[in-house]
Amino acid sequence: MATRIQFENNCEVGVFSKLTNAYCLVAIGGSENFYSAFEAELADAIPVVKTSIGGTRIIGRLCVGNKNGLLLPHTTTDQELQHLRNSLPDQVVVQRIDERLSALGNCIACNDHVALTHPDLDKETEEFIADVLGVEVFRQTIAGNILVGSYCAFSNRGGLVHPHTSIEDLDELSTLLQVPLVAGTVNRGSEVIAAGMTVNDWTAFCGSDTTATELSVIESVFKLREGQPTAIVDDMRKSLIDSYV
Amino acid sequence: MMPGSAPAAGGAGMFVPVATAGTVLCCMCGVSMQPNPANMCARCLRARVDITEGVPRHAAVVYCPDCSSYLQPPRSWLRAGPESPELMQILLRRINRPLARLRVSLSGAEFVFSEPHSKRLRLKLRLRREVLHGVVLEQTHPVEFVVHDRLCDNCSRAQANPDQWVAVVQLRQHVPHRRTFLYLEQLLLKHGQASLAIRVAAAPGGLDFFFGSRSHAARLVDFLATVAPIQTQTAKQLVSHDTKSSVYNYKYTFSVEICPICREDLIALSPQASRDMGGLGPLVLCVKVTNAIALLDPLTLRVHHLEEKKYRVYNFKAALTSKQLVEYIVLDIEQESPEISIDGSRYQLAYAQVARLSDFGKNDTIFTVRTHLGHLLNAGDHALGYDLYGANLNDDDMDTAMTRYSLPEVVLVKKSYEKRQRTRRWKLKRLPVEEEATNKAKGEEERRLDEYEAFLRDLEENPESRFSMNLYKNEDYRSEMASTVGDDVPTVPIEELIEDLTLGDDEEDEGEETAQGNTHAGMME
Repeated sequence: MATRIQFENNCEVGVFSKLTNAYCLVAIGGSENFYSAFEAELADAIPVVKTSIGGTRIIGRLCVGNKNGLLLPHTTTDQELQHLRNSLPDQVVVQRIDERLSALGNCIACNDHVALTHPDLDKETEEFIADVLGVEVFRQTIAGNILVGSYCAFSNRGGLVHPHTSIEDLDELSTLLQVPLVAGTVNRGSEVIAAGMTVNDWTAFCGSDTTATELSVIESVFKLREGQPTAIVDDMRKSLIDSYV
Repeated sequence: MMPGSAPAAGGAGMFVPVATAGTVLCCMCGVSMQPNPANMCARCLRARVDITEGVPRHAAVVYCPDCSSYLQPPRSWLRAGPESPELMQILLRRINRPLARLRVSLSGAEFVFSEPHSKRLRLKLRLRREVLHGVVLEQTHPVEFVVHDRLCDNCSRAQANPDQWVAVVQLRQHVPHRRTFLYLEQLLLKHGQASLAIRVAAAPGGLDFFFGSRSHAARLVDFLATVAPIQTQTAKQLVSHDTKSSVYNYKYTFSVEICPICREDLIALSPQASRDMGGLGPLVLCVKVTNAIALLDPLTLRVHHLEEKKYRVYNFKAALTSKQLVEYIVLDIEQESPEISIDGSRYQLAYAQVARLSDFGKNDTIFTVRTHLGHLLNAGDHALGYDLYGANLNDDDMDTAMTRYSLPEVVLVKKSYEKRQRTRRWKLKRLPVEEEATNKAKGEEERRLDEYEAFLRDLEENPESRFSMNLYKNEDYRSEMASTVGDDVPTVPIEELIEDLTLGDDEEDEGEETAQGNTHAGMME
């Protein structure tokens, strides 16, 4: 189920949180509402951890992770690193890497099997990603943008990309990622997908500006609508989903 | 990204991959559409965002009904016709600032018809504005202007007191004829010096020019000083006085008197004057009046220029003026010396035998005189001159001269041509002079017309006087078939004439020019 939330009156929830299948990281905010929303949804399944990275709250854009591991930029302090190691489950490998492009969340998008990275990423970082996250790494651009981590969000079941992505690109990415992809927007027409929402295999959180159309697209492509009458789902699928691989 | 599947053209062997844009759903209404920077379909965009929000729908403009001009605040009034580009410019300037503040740009404007007496002007503007991540929307927006009537400053001043003047130039010349004023009128028209005058009125003995400011009047007086020998006196009269700011309002009067000597006047110089001018013969003829008087001694062909100030020392008057010219017929002429030219005019000393036209058939009165018109006269010509033999003069200087020297009996002044009443190829413009309603003697009108006719004939005969004035082509002129009569009558050559400005002529000229230009271009290619 997709939920609409706000972080301190800001709709860019993907900036202030990181959601994976094994854990969830949340930024430290003034009020507890943001944390409570995540808690309410996820508390029984996965741990929800409040943290900062390098003293900042934009943790969603600075780190990247999946159920196997978490990669942190070199700006992370030792205390934060330790805190994260303590809070996250043991099978999650927490690693701080030295990468010139320190906003890892903007440069890398991944699910549990495949990762798309910024074309200019270091070879060494690529190896780290392959090791720590246990994924296959592809250097790609999305609709001509090199910040792949910002302009697409995908889980193991589907993905949403920048609205200006051409059909050929969509096909190619779909082949690489082996999931159905759709070009769409979030937060009432915003193209920065990953900043506006965060998603894992069974739930998604979007900014409160997201319109009903966008929400339905998200729910259908990420297959979040479990337990709905299939007829309606099929109909909507036909009219909403553009390309399937 | 181009819609459709046309491959992008690569230049010079470069491979450009095919990029077909996919369709996205409009985030508001869910309709499938091409992606745009706002990712909303056009209808949702337009519904959501009104780019004309805050743009004024009504405005006011001020109009002066007298001179049909519109106010451009704070103070300038611009003339504009109905639905003209100037009017559109004025109206757009009125709403320019709110548009600029809202960052809306104007991509077009046009007039919507409204009845002129409705006092409303309607414009349809096409506005363009950037909204939401770089999408540019265009929308039409009607604006209605309410027209308020108000007299502009100049019109209200004219309306309040049409006779309001601040300075007057009273131009006078104490001679019985008005030739000087006719000539001055043409000079003023050519140089545009009377354009600032509020009113021009005729007064006995001259003209009055009324001005709205003292400097305009002073400008006219300065101009007159360069073209005529004048003497000026100024006076001022207090009209009102503001005690608090110590501002005094005056009415200024410039009393300008032109020297009474005119062209073709015969003057007898007093012995002292004659001596001061280097022994100029007692009888002199005035040949040219500019800001100095040119006096010609017809017997010695010497010209002396007398300035106004020097003239005031002697203050002599003309003994005989051009009204007293008598017609003579030349019986015989014998050139005495070669033709000389002084000041651009030609003279030649000659002996002539003349008889008065009134005597011609009746008696044998013949005069033998020396004249300066040797280059013009032939036997059988008619000439005009002063009859000193039969004149009865009331002039002290003339009496002194008569007793001292032996004066000639006739002084010939100019050649006379046949009087032919015919239309002229040229015409003159006139100043709008208000005639005084009262004090019109019976023969006054005819006399004025005669004087004007004489003035025009004088212009024909004298190319130098034509030089300083504008002659216009007379469209009503038709060259007469009867040009066999007397070809020696002087006429104004057509090269000196100016085309009178009319719109019809301009369009014709433009048409001709473009036709020529086209043919020229054709030839080039």
